[in-house]
Amino acid sequence: MKAASPAHAGLQGLRTRPLDQRVPIVLGGLALLLVAVSLVSLGLGAVGIPVGRVIDALASAFPGAPAAPPGDALVVLQVRLPRLLLGLLVGAGLAVSGTLMQGLFRNPLADPAIVGVSTGAALAAAVVIVMGPRWFGAVPFLALPVGAFCGCLIATLFLYLIATRDGRTSIATMLLGGVAFGALAWAFMGFLSYLSNDQQLRDLNFWSMGSLSGSTWAKTAAVAPFILPAMALMPFLARGLNALSLGEAEAFHLGLPVQRVKAAAILLVAVMVGASVAAAGIIGFVGIIVPHTLRVLTGADHRLLLPASALLGGALLVGADSFARTVVAPAEMPIGILTAIIGAPFFLWLLLGRQRGIGA
Amino acid sequence: MSLPFPSRLRVSRRALILGSLAAMAARPAPAQAPRRIVSVGGAITEILYRLGHQDEIVGVDTTSLYPAEAMRTKKSVGYVRALGAEGVLSLQPTLVLALDGAGPPDVLRILEQAGVPLTRVPDDPSREGVIRKIEIIARAVGAQDEGAALIREVEGGFSKLTEERNAVTRPVRALFVLSLQNGRPMVGGRGTTADAILSLAGATNAASALDGWKPLSDEGVIAAAPEAVVMMAHGPSGAGTDPFTLPAFASTPAAKDHRLVVMDGLYLLGFGPRTPAAAGDLMTALRQAPRR
Repeated sequence: MKAASPAHAGLQGLRTRPLDQRVPIVLGGLALLLVAVSLVSLGLGAVGIPVGRVIDALASAFPGAPAAPPGDALVVLQVRLPRLLLGLLVGAGLAVSGTLMQGLFRNPLADPAIVGVSTGAALAAAVVIVMGPRWFGAVPFLALPVGAFCGCLIATLFLYLIATRDGRTSIATMLLGGVAFGALAWAFMGFLSYLSNDQQLRDLNFWSMGSLSGSTWAKTAAVAPFILPAMALMPFLARGLNALSLGEAEAFHLGLPVQRVKAAAILLVAVMVGASVAAAGIIGFVGIIVPHTLRVLTGADHRLLLPASALLGGALLVGADSFARTVVAPAEMPIGILTAIIGAPFFLWLLLGRQRGIGA
Repeated sequence: MSLPFPSRLRVSRRALILGSLAAMAARPAPAQAPRRIVSVGGAITEILYRLGHQDEIVGVDTTSLYPAEAMRTKKSVGYVRALGAEGVLSLQPTLVLALDGAGPPDVLRILEQAGVPLTRVPDDPSREGVIRKIEIIARAVGAQDEGAALIREVEGGFSKLTEERNAVTRPVRALFVLSLQNGRPMVGGRGTTADAILSLAGATNAASALDGWKPLSDEGVIAAAPEAVVMMAHGPSGAGTDPFTLPAFASTPAAKDHRLVVMDGLYLLGFGPRTPAAAGDLMTALRQAPRR
C-alpha cells in the first residue's frame, strides 16, 4: 500500500508558507457555529423552558443578578450547562485526537475508535470498574480517568511500535494492528464481564455505548484539567505534523525533532482520549468526520486544521447530544449509537472516494 | 476556568435548593395537588398498580412490562440504568421510586439536588425482599392500609407456597436458561433471581456450582444433568429455540420427558407481588412435566 494522501503534493513547502486569508473566515465561521449550537443546546431539552427564561436562568449564576425561578435555574445551570461543557470538551478532544493521529500516522483513516485506542482506554476503565472494588474496596475518584489514560497510552504506543519499522510507519500494519489490538481488548473485556456481577455487567454495557447522560460539574471539572492543557499545547505540534506529512526522513532533514513531535502527539492523544472515554464512554467517528470535513474546506495545513477540529468537534458532539436527549424524551438515546450511525456511512463513503481518487 | 466557575455555582446551588424548598413550602397543601410519580423498576410499577395508585404514575422505565397498560399509557423514561436527568425532571415528578440498580448514579444525584423526593427501593430476591418492597412503596405513597392488605395477601401466598413445597418429596433438578444465543446457554447460578425462584418453587438449581449469570459449555450442560429446563418467554410466540434440538441438551434427563417450562420473565424474576403465584406455577409446571 502506498503512503499517499490526496493532498500530499499540495503539502510541499507548507512549513514555511504563510496561512492564507481564509483562516479568519474559517475559524470565525466555526466559532459562530459552535456558539449557535451551544445556545440551541442550552435552549432545548425535555423540560420546555422558553428562551427568555433560559437567559434569566443563565444570568442568575452571576452575583448581583436577579434570581431565576429555581426549577429553571436548576435545569439550565445544573443539568444542561455542565453537559454542554462536557460535550464541548469531549467533542473537541476526540476530533483533535483524530486529526493528530491522522497526521502522526500519515493516514486519513486513523481514528481513536477505529484503530483500537479508545478500546484500550475502555478496557482499562473496565478493569477499574470490575477489579477496583476487589482491590481497593471501592472505585477511587480519579482512578477511572487515570486508568483510561494509561490504557490509551499503552494502546497508542503499542500501535505505533508495531507499525513502525526503520522510522517508517506502515499504514496497513497500523490498521491491521489496530484491529488485532481491538479484538484483544474486547476479549479481555469479555473476560472482565465474565468476572463481573450483574450490576457491573450492565454498567460496562451501557458505558461502552457512550453517553453524556449524568454529566455533572464534578465530572466536567475532572475532565477539563486533562483536555484544556492538551488543547493549549496542540498549536506547537502543527508545524511538526505538517513537516511529518512529507515523510519522516524529509521532516528530519528539515531540522524537525521528529521523535519529540511523535512522542508529544502520542501523549496528547492519550490524555485527551483517555479523559473523554473516562467521562463519556466510547463515542466513535467524531475523529473521522471532523478532520475530513475540514480538509475539504480548509486544506491539510495543521496550523488551521487543529484549532478548526476543536471547534467543529465540539459543535458536532453538542449538536448530536442535543438530538440524542430530545428525540425520545423523556428517555434518551446513547450518543455513541448516533455518532456511529452518522459516522460509519461517512467512513465507507470516504473509503470508496479514496479508491476512485487513487484510481485503484 | 475550572476553579472559579463551579465554586461560584456551588454557592448558588445551595441557594437553589433553599429556593426550591421555599417554593415547595409556598405551594398549596400537598393533599390537594395530585402526586406525580416516576416509577423506575418493573416490580415497583406493579406494586403501585396493586396499591391503587396507578393514576399518580406519570412515567415508567422500560422494564415496567406489567400491567401492559403501564407502558401504553405512561411516558417512558428509558431503561432502568440509563435514565436522563432532564427527561425525568420534565415530568415534574413529586416522587421518584427507584429500584436498586437504577441509574446512572450521577443522574439520581442530580434529581436529589433538584429537590425531587427520591426513594430507593431495595431489591432482594426473597420472601422478605418482596414484603419490604411493598412496605417501602406503601409508606412512600401514603397507602399504609392498602399496603398492609397487599402484604397479608402476599404473605398468605408465600405460606401456601411453603406448604406445597413441604409436600414435595423429591426436588426436581432444574436448569434456568436465560438465553440461548447461537446454541450457547446463559444460565442462572448461585445468587441470581433464577436461583431464588427455583428454590421457592422447591426445585434444586442444577447450575448451583456457578456464581451469577454464566455461559455454560455443552459438557457443563451434560454434567449439570437437569431434569427440567426453565426458560423465559420471548414475545408472544414463547421461547425462540427448543433447547432439546441441541445435542448437549438432548442427552440430559430433561430431554427424555421433554421437560421444558417457558414462563414470562418479569413474572418469574421480578420479585413483586406476583412472586408466590409465579413460584407456585413454576412448581406445578415442573412436576407436571409437560409432554409434547
